[in-house]
Amino acid sequence: MSLLNTFDVGTTGLVAQSLRLNLIASNVANAETAVSADGQAYRSRHVVFQTEARAGRLGQGVKVARIVESSAEPRMEYRPGHPLANQQGYITMPNVNPAEQMVDMVSASRAYQFNIEMMNTTKQLMLKTLDLGK
Amino acid sequence: MNTVPQFDSLKFGEAALKLRSLRHELLSSNLVNADTPNYKARDIDFQSVLMERLTGQSSPSSVSLGRTHAGHIHMASSAQSPKPMFRVGVQPSLDGNTVDPDIERGQFVKNAFFTEAALSFLGSTLRTRLSAITGQPS
Repeated sequence: MSLLNTFDVGTTGLVAQSLRLNLIASNVANAETAVSADGQAYRSRHVVFQTEARAGRLGQGVKVARIVESSAEPRMEYRPGHPLANQQGYITMPNVNPAEQMVDMVSASRAYQFNIEMMNTTKQLMLKTLDLGK
Repeated sequence: MNTVPQFDSLKFGEAALKLRSLRHELLSSNLVNADTPNYKARDIDFQSVLMERLTGQSSPSSVSLGRTHAGHIHMASSAQSPKPMFRVGVQPSLDGNTVDPDIERGQFVKNAFFTEAALSFLGSTLRTRLSAITGQPS
């Protein structure tokens, strides 16, 4: 029953996209966090998606292979009076790019909506199948 | 080419529905992997696979395994699951992904529509036969 498999495929998409949204929320929330848990400035985090092959199935789901920290240069901010300031008066701020996060968020939420829509269509088709011959 | 009248409408409906739902799964996996690096969009050649299933013979495009020894396992060439082919990307992205969400969505909706059509054709065939058997108008 391939239609049922579509639900599994759609679910993997929902899980992956919601993790992506979660990371975006964390990046935006920590955009001004000069000290994170490891004592350094917070670094922007991104998901890396990977195809999840399933034996004997045509449809392939998606999974989050790993979470990577952005290698972009941290933002240096001039705040001489700050306790974390270096000798030149600069403090290291997170390398979160708000525009990038915004675009990523729109993309993730669109993808999430696609998945929901896809599963709704599948549900309707299955209900129609149940009505066959009536 | 009109393939419908050549075959029993029940058989045709069954083959078409099975293939439609397989394609539904394939297209949904394309949509789900729209952001996966290096994922290649896949699809099946619906017409040729349907023809292949109805006639029980493989078309020249599909490759079946040859058996030259009695110990070789017989592979039902492509009767079980059709061989997906890769879609040619219109606007390939830098991460090697060839999924175009617009094309996939269009194909997905179209496929869902034709699945509904196949379901209603099959349903009416069933109702017609049922009324022939029972002698009652359905």
